[in-house]
Amino acid sequence: MRRFAAITRNPVAVALVASLAIAGCANKKNNLPNSSSELGLNGGRGAGAATPGSSQDFTVNVGDRIFFDTDSSAIRADAQQTLSRQAQWLQQYSNYAITVEGHSDERGTREYNLALGARRAAAARDFLASRGVPANRIRTISYGKERPVAVCDDISCWSQNRRAVTVLNGAGS
Amino acid sequence: MIRTLKVLMTAATLGLSAVFAIAPAHAQLVIDVNKGNVQPLPIAITDFVSGDGMGAEISSIVTADLKRSGLFAPIGREAFIEKISNPDVAPRFQDWQVINAQAIVTGRVTKEGDGRLRAEFRLWDTFGNKQITGEQFFANPQNSRRVAHIIADAIYEALTGEKGYFDTRVVYIDESGSKAQRVKRLAIMDQDGANKRFLSDGRTIALTPRFSPTRQEITYMSYESGQPQVYLLQIETGQRELVGNFPGMTFAPRFSPDGQKVIMSLLRDDGNSNIFTMDLRSRNTMRLTNSNAIDTSPSYSPDGSKVVFTSDRGGQPQIYVMGADGSGASRISFGGGSYSTPVWSPRGDLIAFTKQTGGDFQIGVMRTDGSGERILSSGFQQEGPTWAPNGRVLMFFREGSGSGGPKLVSVDLTGRNEQQIPTANYASDPAWSPLLE
Repeated sequence: MRRFAAITRNPVAVALVASLAIAGCANKKNNLPNSSSELGLNGGRGAGAATPGSSQDFTVNVGDRIFFDTDSSAIRADAQQTLSRQAQWLQQYSNYAITVEGHSDERGTREYNLALGARRAAAARDFLASRGVPANRIRTISYGKERPVAVCDDISCWSQNRRAVTVLNGAGS
Repeated sequence: MIRTLKVLMTAATLGLSAVFAIAPAHAQLVIDVNKGNVQPLPIAITDFVSGDGMGAEISSIVTADLKRSGLFAPIGREAFIEKISNPDVAPRFQDWQVINAQAIVTGRVTKEGDGRLRAEFRLWDTFGNKQITGEQFFANPQNSRRVAHIIADAIYEALTGEKGYFDTRVVYIDESGSKAQRVKRLAIMDQDGANKRFLSDGRTIALTPRFSPTRQEITYMSYESGQPQVYLLQIETGQRELVGNFPGMTFAPRFSPDGQKVIMSLLRDDGNSNIFTMDLRSRNTMRLTNSNAIDTSPSYSPDGSKVVFTSDRGGQPQIYVMGADGSGASRISFGGGSYSTPVWSPRGDLIAFTKQTGGDFQIGVMRTDGSGERILSSGFQQEGPTWAPNGRVLMFFREGSGSGGPKLVSVDLTGRNEQQIPTANYASDPAWSPLLE
């Protein structure tokens, strides 16, 4: 999971993003950062071995997940960058439908966390939609605290578990 | 093995109890459960007379029930002076006074000609030199544990004046496998951990089972359709049914006290959750809350007139009470920290909750107006209280730091008597049944 955090700090520039960013502007809200500037379209590393348009490309080069603060479903600045990259990628590869999975850490009660995970998934969905991903391609589901990715008893794990993960439904053709 | 709930063909009061009814006002042998610090009552539970091991088995189950309640201190059999061979005659009270047994239980188990089990017991007041109560029961032999629990309930009631809670079951979530890919299955067991069986196959996550007041049915949440939704399950037949046809996630279900409705949360498209009811006969749904917040974990008052629930409409999860029609919601938790999972006591007097404060999770109770908060248990991670049907004991689940998984724990209202419920696997989300019938 640390791998994803590293990518968030050093966003990989995918060559074709530049043209897509323009399309993404159509639905851009004023209070959201400009995606082309924050994407760091200044070269950067290549996409490695992942085939462009593959789910590996999405996970490794775009970043499939965002993280939240405790008890919050606000999309943080780092998460906005990731979701903006996701939106652009999803508009390029428009044959994918997606499921946004909302999760919480374990420091809350079960039912409340189901609701909190749902609220996070909805927040991520709404951001993607605002960046031009058609809402009818996005499904959401909450797992509450039932599916942690990091297992330990301190904040280093909890912060990784407070997440929304964008899952590609089926391989694109 | 599915068992019929109609185990008891007859229950008859054995003679002599009339003596007690007209007894003069001697110091009466009574445990006052309302006192803050109850001294457990020394009690001698003799092996029931029987031709096989059944008598000893029944008395050991009775002993375990009463001991776990924290109100009784069963005396070890090795201290007994008199060996009971005829439970129809009074024991030699002096022999029991010597070992300071305040009460004595004697009994007999026999097989009837038709194969039924006949179990009888008498409860004696050692220092009052008299019988307090006596009853006999007939039951199918495979229900011998239930007979023992019913006898324990009768003893508990005779000595405390409160209904017992031993002849009850618990539905819960059995947890196995690694934490990140944990299998969560519906399971049911007796309140002491015996007779466990699974109610779901574990292929998808099941959570938050709760009993119907009819005892035959549970409502729970499952991921089996892909979308988390609330279901009903008939315990004996295994028949399942989706509750309602809602577009989004439904969760946090509970029955109304009359069993006619399920109250639950429904996820709105904007990511907030509101509380709805569905009438199980008419299928009519009713919206109770309409806030831009998370409203969840609803629980009815036992008279059905009010609903307590969790909401973060004020910024963090707190407990609110509203009318059963959704009117007049007002916050009742003001103790600092956040509060969730409120559950109304079956007696109507208290609301149990989970509180998070200072990095700890606490289980506590407050009066229904929010006053008189008392914390019964604190720990690293614990949540989800459920009430024993007599409103004297709570069960919840606890996960210690680094423990690997949760276990079920009971605590009485004094907070002094905590007991872990034996389960083979990790366990969570307990829900206590009403007394069986």
